[in-house]
Amino acid sequence: MEFKEKLISSHLAFEEDLYQNDRVAQARASALKVFEEKGFPSKKEEAWKYTSLEALIQKDYALFPKSESSIELNEVKKYFLYDTDTYKVIFIDGVYSPFLSNTTHDGLDVCLMSAALSKPKYRQLIDTYFNKIAPEDDSMTALNTSYAKEGAYIYIPKSVVAEKPIEIIHFSSGNETALWLQPRNLIVVDENAQVQIIERHQSLKEHPVVTNSVTEIYVHQSAFLDYYKLQNDLPSASLIDNTFIVQEKNSHASVHTFSLGGKLIRNNLRYFHKGEHILSTLKGVTILHDKQHVDHATLVHHAQPNCESHQDYKGIFAERSEGVFNGQILVDKIAQKTNAFQQNNNILLDDKATVNTKPQLEIFADDVKCSHGCTIGQLDEEALFYLRSRGIPKKEAKALLTYAFANNVLESVQLPSLKKRINGQIAKKLGVNLGFEL
Amino acid sequence: MAYTEEELKKELETKEYEYGFYTDIDSDTFPRGLNPEIIRKISEKKGEPQWMTDWRLKAFESWSEMEEPEWANVNYTKPDLQNISYYSAPKSKPKYDSLDEVDPELLKTFEKLGISLEEQKKLAGVAVDIVMDSVSVATTFKETLAEKGIIFCSISEAIKEHPELVKKYIGSVIPPKDNYYAGLNSAVFTDGSFCYIPKGVRCPMELSTYFRINQAGTGQFERTLVIADEGSYVSYLEGCTAPSRDENQLHAAVVELIALDDAEIKYSTVQNWFPGDKEGKGGVFNFVTKRGICHERSKISWTQVETGSAVTWKYPSCILKGNDSVGEFYSIAVTNNFQQADTGTKMIHLGKNTKSTIISKGISAGKSQNSYRGLVQVGARAKNARNFSQCDSLLMGNDCGAHTFPYIEAKNNSAQIEHEATTSKIGEDQIFYCNQRGIDTEKAIALIVNGFSKEVLNKLPMEFAVEAQKLLEISLEGSVG
Repeated sequence: MEFKEKLISSHLAFEEDLYQNDRVAQARASALKVFEEKGFPSKKEEAWKYTSLEALIQKDYALFPKSESSIELNEVKKYFLYDTDTYKVIFIDGVYSPFLSNTTHDGLDVCLMSAALSKPKYRQLIDTYFNKIAPEDDSMTALNTSYAKEGAYIYIPKSVVAEKPIEIIHFSSGNETALWLQPRNLIVVDENAQVQIIERHQSLKEHPVVTNSVTEIYVHQSAFLDYYKLQNDLPSASLIDNTFIVQEKNSHASVHTFSLGGKLIRNNLRYFHKGEHILSTLKGVTILHDKQHVDHATLVHHAQPNCESHQDYKGIFAERSEGVFNGQILVDKIAQKTNAFQQNNNILLDDKATVNTKPQLEIFADDVKCSHGCTIGQLDEEALFYLRSRGIPKKEAKALLTYAFANNVLESVQLPSLKKRINGQIAKKLGVNLGFEL
Repeated sequence: MAYTEEELKKELETKEYEYGFYTDIDSDTFPRGLNPEIIRKISEKKGEPQWMTDWRLKAFESWSEMEEPEWANVNYTKPDLQNISYYSAPKSKPKYDSLDEVDPELLKTFEKLGISLEEQKKLAGVAVDIVMDSVSVATTFKETLAEKGIIFCSISEAIKEHPELVKKYIGSVIPPKDNYYAGLNSAVFTDGSFCYIPKGVRCPMELSTYFRINQAGTGQFERTLVIADEGSYVSYLEGCTAPSRDENQLHAAVVELIALDDAEIKYSTVQNWFPGDKEGKGGVFNFVTKRGICHERSKISWTQVETGSAVTWKYPSCILKGNDSVGEFYSIAVTNNFQQADTGTKMIHLGKNTKSTIISKGISAGKSQNSYRGLVQVGARAKNARNFSQCDSLLMGNDCGAHTFPYIEAKNNSAQIEHEATTSKIGEDQIFYCNQRGIDTEKAIALIVNGFSKEVLNKLPMEFAVEAQKLLEISLEGSVG
């Protein structure tokens, strides 16, 4: 538990060099108390039954990188979705990089959490939104809150459609031997507004990195949020991602998670409904090999009538990789006419691969349509034979079927260049070149 | 449906728990409380050999260190285990040669329950081992069974007469350390049934026992052990009803099934313990551990209809140890008023080519909570394991809840697992369709529920299926708003 002690004692130094905002300071202090009390989650907790942080927290991590690291643009260019025509909020070792970023205040705010927390003009927004939906009793979230300082702050005003997608990228340079990052993002999409966001965590050298990220997202009436999480980090990097979304009436929030690389990934994704006729979409593709471990823990809390939610997670697991799906649909008594759907399909490619899945329904209303389905299996032998009988080699045939398997999720990606990139990454992961675009 | 509208109407008028009566039989009851002394006394009272006493004491020891589990999705006031009398046996206990010698009070009880022994002797060939407050008082058809070499008796008798079998198998599937209530049962169980089917024998009749909780303030700790030797077959029925009582009663039974190579066991349960009244007062706590182990090419099939009990906590499971073994679980759980049920199954695939099927139907009405909790586990060596699970829930009314907690763990790439679950209510169009054909709403619901549960009801032996259908309708009576 040494690292836990360090986190607690370092907090004093952290708080000292901060400007004062009473509410934020208070939130940090009480969050630290929660973390001190609860500590890191253990496998004994139902929510962490299949994922252990034990090995991660045995190590010691630097909390505040010693020096500012600069990175050449050429070094990281390949990680950008587009060269120029996106807004970019880029951090290196948790520190904002103005050189690589492309922020704006023109019509919409794409800037920094540290600025939002300190500047008086954001005071009201911070008071309304900051730390309002992140659950107080979750220890990893509390740990993040206690150190909340930097991250992306995005505000899309009423009826504004962000004309360019926004990329949030966290690089870790590898200049520290081991690094513990805690970015904190706040995203507000006001009435009728629309935005597309891509989030990515990337280390540039093999070195232990743990990112414990918290993102709070508010999607107001009739607004549309389209969020993509790209998780294709080096095998030395781990990520604990906590995303909390509140939706108002008639809004649509969609989150796609592509987990293709990294050591240990835990995605906590929670939706809360605050109005009627809401649509929530949660989709994911997970393709793992080696000893990678990915855990998707989703919760959709239907608290209002006439809402819809769709969950669709596909997993393909090779070698000794481990996949976990822990999906939960909660339907309150007043949430009549809810239509909730949850699906989790998994393919095990190798003997030692493991899948643990726990799709849960908790329903307190009677006039609902809720269902979940989950399967674990292999590629269809007959389909494979069909393709091979038409002259497609086994490896390519398998890749084609795998594509088809993941396609339900891929086809709803709205950004063509992102789709292309993900397709490329999947092909690379499967070790094939199909010679055509899918 | 098996009976006419008038009958249903009559049933509905007397919808209060119809088996809620109390038979005044002189009972031999121990002081309340639990300690090694009581356990020794139980053992002594039953004339058990030393190894059994030691086994009980060991179970008590490990139980004392355990804590009551809290993970189930149920809320209740924990029973005070020190305030229960752990032994209660009807006093007049000679073995009867004919029914005339049986205490007439007792016979009346059976009559009210609808089991007439005379009739059953002639009918259907069902041998009944009636357990009333823990001690077996009447056994029929023993001779017919004995001819085939089948042993069907109370477990205390088996401990005395077939110690080698009991010693070998008791606690082999559910060790006393397994869980809190299994541990408690192992320490204090007073009676139960024992059944052994020899090699290659097909049991010619359905074996059945009837459990009742009778004495006020006694917990019922049944222990059932069924052993099917190589190539044998047995179908075993267990049915329960209990009298109305104000304080909560505890029922913590343990059922162990052992299916050796090529054997098949079919275990059916109709559970209708007192569910508490409409305000949620009283009712039985049903904390049962049931598990079977399958050896090579064998099969265990659990079928249950759960309509009673205030709180149910029950997961009949199969350990598919042998290659090519098969496990099945068919369940209907109905909850009404303030009932809570957390039930399901565990299928542990260890052998190659093992198969399991889970069909679970949950119906919740009134203010009840109904949960399915199941585990499908495929071990690393279980090549070609196959599982199909289906959990459907039906909600009636706005104050009840239906929950599904399936756990699926696969460690083998040749495993094929399918799970699907749905939750819905009875369609207004379905009811309308029935209404416009002259079927009133109450009857329409009964029809639809019956259709909903058909897959499971079909798996029950004939005698039970009729009773179960009736039970379903009585339990759901008045739940439609």
